[in-house]
Amino acid sequence: MRLERRPQPSLTIAVAAPFAAVLASLVLCAGLIALAGVNPLEAYAEMLRGAFGSRLSITETLARATPLILTGLAATVAFRARLWNIGGEGQFYVGALAAAWLGSEALAGLPPVLGILGVMIAGMVAGALLLLVPAFLRVRFGVDEVVTTLLTNFIVMLFVGMMVEGPLKDPLAFGWPQSVPVANELMLPRLIERTRLHVGLLIALAVAGLVWLMLARTVFGARARAAGLSAEAAEFAGVPLARTLLGVALISGGLAGLAGAIEVAGVKGYVTTDLSPGYGYSGIVVAMLAGLQPLGVAVAAVFVAVVFVGADAMSRALGAPTFIADVIVAVSLLTMLVALLFATYRVRR
Amino acid sequence: MSPVLELDGVTKRFGPLVANEDVSLSLGQGEILALLGENGAGKTTLMNILFGHYTADAGEVRVFGAPLPPGRPRAAIEAGVGMVHQHFTLAGNLTVLENVTIGAEPLSRLMSSTAPARRRLRALSERFGLAVDPDARVGDLSVGERQRVEILKALYREAKILILDEPTAVLARPEAERLFETLRGMTAEGLSLIFISHKLHEVMAASDRVVVLRRGRVVAERRTAQTSAPELAELMVGRRVARPVREAQAPGAPVCIASAVTVTREGRDLLDEADFTVHAGEILGIVGVAGNGQATLGRLLSGLARPTRGRILLGDEDLGRMTPADCVSAGVGRIPEDRHAQGVVGEMTVWENATLERLSDPAFSARGFVRRGAARAYAAELIRRFDIRGAAPDTRARLLSGGNMQKLILGRNLAQGPRLILANQPTRGLDEGAVAAVHAELLAARGGGAAVLLISEDLDEVLGLADRIQAIVKGRLSRPIPAERADARRIGLMMAGAWDEAERSVPVEAP
Repeated sequence: MRLERRPQPSLTIAVAAPFAAVLASLVLCAGLIALAGVNPLEAYAEMLRGAFGSRLSITETLARATPLILTGLAATVAFRARLWNIGGEGQFYVGALAAAWLGSEALAGLPPVLGILGVMIAGMVAGALLLLVPAFLRVRFGVDEVVTTLLTNFIVMLFVGMMVEGPLKDPLAFGWPQSVPVANELMLPRLIERTRLHVGLLIALAVAGLVWLMLARTVFGARARAAGLSAEAAEFAGVPLARTLLGVALISGGLAGLAGAIEVAGVKGYVTTDLSPGYGYSGIVVAMLAGLQPLGVAVAAVFVAVVFVGADAMSRALGAPTFIADVIVAVSLLTMLVALLFATYRVRR
Repeated sequence: MSPVLELDGVTKRFGPLVANEDVSLSLGQGEILALLGENGAGKTTLMNILFGHYTADAGEVRVFGAPLPPGRPRAAIEAGVGMVHQHFTLAGNLTVLENVTIGAEPLSRLMSSTAPARRRLRALSERFGLAVDPDARVGDLSVGERQRVEILKALYREAKILILDEPTAVLARPEAERLFETLRGMTAEGLSLIFISHKLHEVMAASDRVVVLRRGRVVAERRTAQTSAPELAELMVGRRVARPVREAQAPGAPVCIASAVTVTREGRDLLDEADFTVHAGEILGIVGVAGNGQATLGRLLSGLARPTRGRILLGDEDLGRMTPADCVSAGVGRIPEDRHAQGVVGEMTVWENATLERLSDPAFSARGFVRRGAARAYAAELIRRFDIRGAAPDTRARLLSGGNMQKLILGRNLAQGPRLILANQPTRGLDEGAVAAVHAELLAARGGGAAVLLISEDLDEVLGLADRIQAIVKGRLSRPIPAERADARRIGLMMAGAWDEAERSVPVEAP
């Protein structure tokens, strides 16, 4: 049995691949749910109800999808240029930390619109700078960025722990390890009162549009795509590879940092070490499920959010453990990779 | 005496491409057979079929008279065929002994007993003159020693027939000579060898018999003692038909002058004191067997390599310091050696590929945004003007045939009216029609006053197009000879490095 490249990628297969991957993932995970003593069909029904069953659950799902759209876009931009940014989680946290730090006092006196803008920018800059270091090591010395970005995540987590216990610790938090909060007037406005759905969703959707525009329509986007598709041909055609990759790193890191800033300023108000249930890592799954298409990222982010929110509900109702959500998301990445293989190759005897 | 290995009518197609067609050859006991051919002649495909990595569409492989089941790599090994790859397949952090025994041991045993293995390895290395320390870490060995380990690995698996794929590609000259001595000794011990090469002098020096492969077919078979390097060169590159004819034309001023250009990488001179001058309205042909520095010369003129010593000027600008983007804006049209890897981004559209080099040009972008309308119109214009078939501006470049892909690359360069054109193997792998079209375009550019540096392995191409010809051998350029005084035999001598002999047989003008 061998694989043979399809002469022309079939559009039908490309569109069907993520759905097939998700379905396969749900089928595989049904076995695990059954092992936990729960009827899988019942469990999935409960998940859907938990994610879409009420107005509140829908807003909760969309609120969860918001940071995932941004971290998904961060991975999309980087992966398109073959910069393997696995450090979305770390960039998310430094973005969040920068937002809380500046949003608590320094920017608090500004008019809210400017202040909010400042908080967002702070998050982006922090995330961008964090990825710039591995990207520089990659273009200058050929250091594998998969390793450096991944390991940076652990360093950042320790740093966040230190900051929320130390310099940025909220003195009014009764000793809990949490950062100083973003000033009230700099919190993102709610889209619907008495829910957690905030303006960040609209920002994330707008950013998805901008990323699409950047990749599909600009000179920089064309160069980044060329560098990713064939570095050799791009270099021959005069694409400045190093500069392009550093630019991609700034954008990718900036988007993940923005996700952190928006999560702080939109939902929680302050940073803790459990601010993110793996948004940075899940962003990779989101990007892959979206086939690295910026506009598909929004859809894929909602899927992952459904799994996360739904799993909580399922756990409450049926007693199956919530970490089944992590398993479903992780398995869907694996099944998506397999699906992509079948989208590009055909199996021959 | 019956042959130890036979290939009988082996044919392999990849889609429309015929990689091997009806190839038959046989290897006798104790013989060294050279398989000679250009890159892309089908040598590697043939060996992959023999080794079961590919399944042949037709034909049969027989080892010691018994047919090999197709598509089973282990079958070839079990039948006593060993392969020494061009790129070694050794683990650098293991010892020689571990590398040799790994995979040859039964997995079921927990502890591998090294003593008998060590004894056997020592016996083998003595018997075949392959001295190497069994306990040395492979990572610490020289390239030549690693190759010995690779050979020992095959012998340890009781190979009776060894196939060496471009065995000298990574070796320095003395190591290569030593290798050939070793190979000689191995045949005396009853082994039979095939070595794959495109280097004429090696084939002449080391083989008993030569099979020449061209475009997937066996075109000739010679006893080495009864042939010569020039004859083999001619057989290897072949003769071709009906191409546009170059008309006499007086050259203009010098456009590109290289003086004593040396490019060194990792201590090796890839280009060694190269001198050449290309004039406006002239085609300078650089002819040579693959792997003699053509790639480096191409990289130098594309802005991808810098001279270590010497200067290369474009007019009065320093071409040696230019980046690829500088080359584009300075009017250097570049046709890369490997159009799939360097010439186009296959997954991008024709229009994106047509404009990728010139995206900063105000014609194709404004305020950082690509002017898609203008870019598409430009691509449509190229398609029309250069007769790029099967393409629309939005077609992915990958889907173009080789000839049409080449026309796209030519078109995007020629449309800009370049001063200097680098044409590196411009017709490699193209069919006759496409070859003629590419030649016509290059001649038209020459007629329009462009200076063309043509690097090619194709004798007829160089003889048909070039006004002057230089041979490249091991990074060094011969003195130029005018095309009128060149013929296949003399060029063959020059490609074989016999410059003195070539000069004696032909008057040579000063460089």
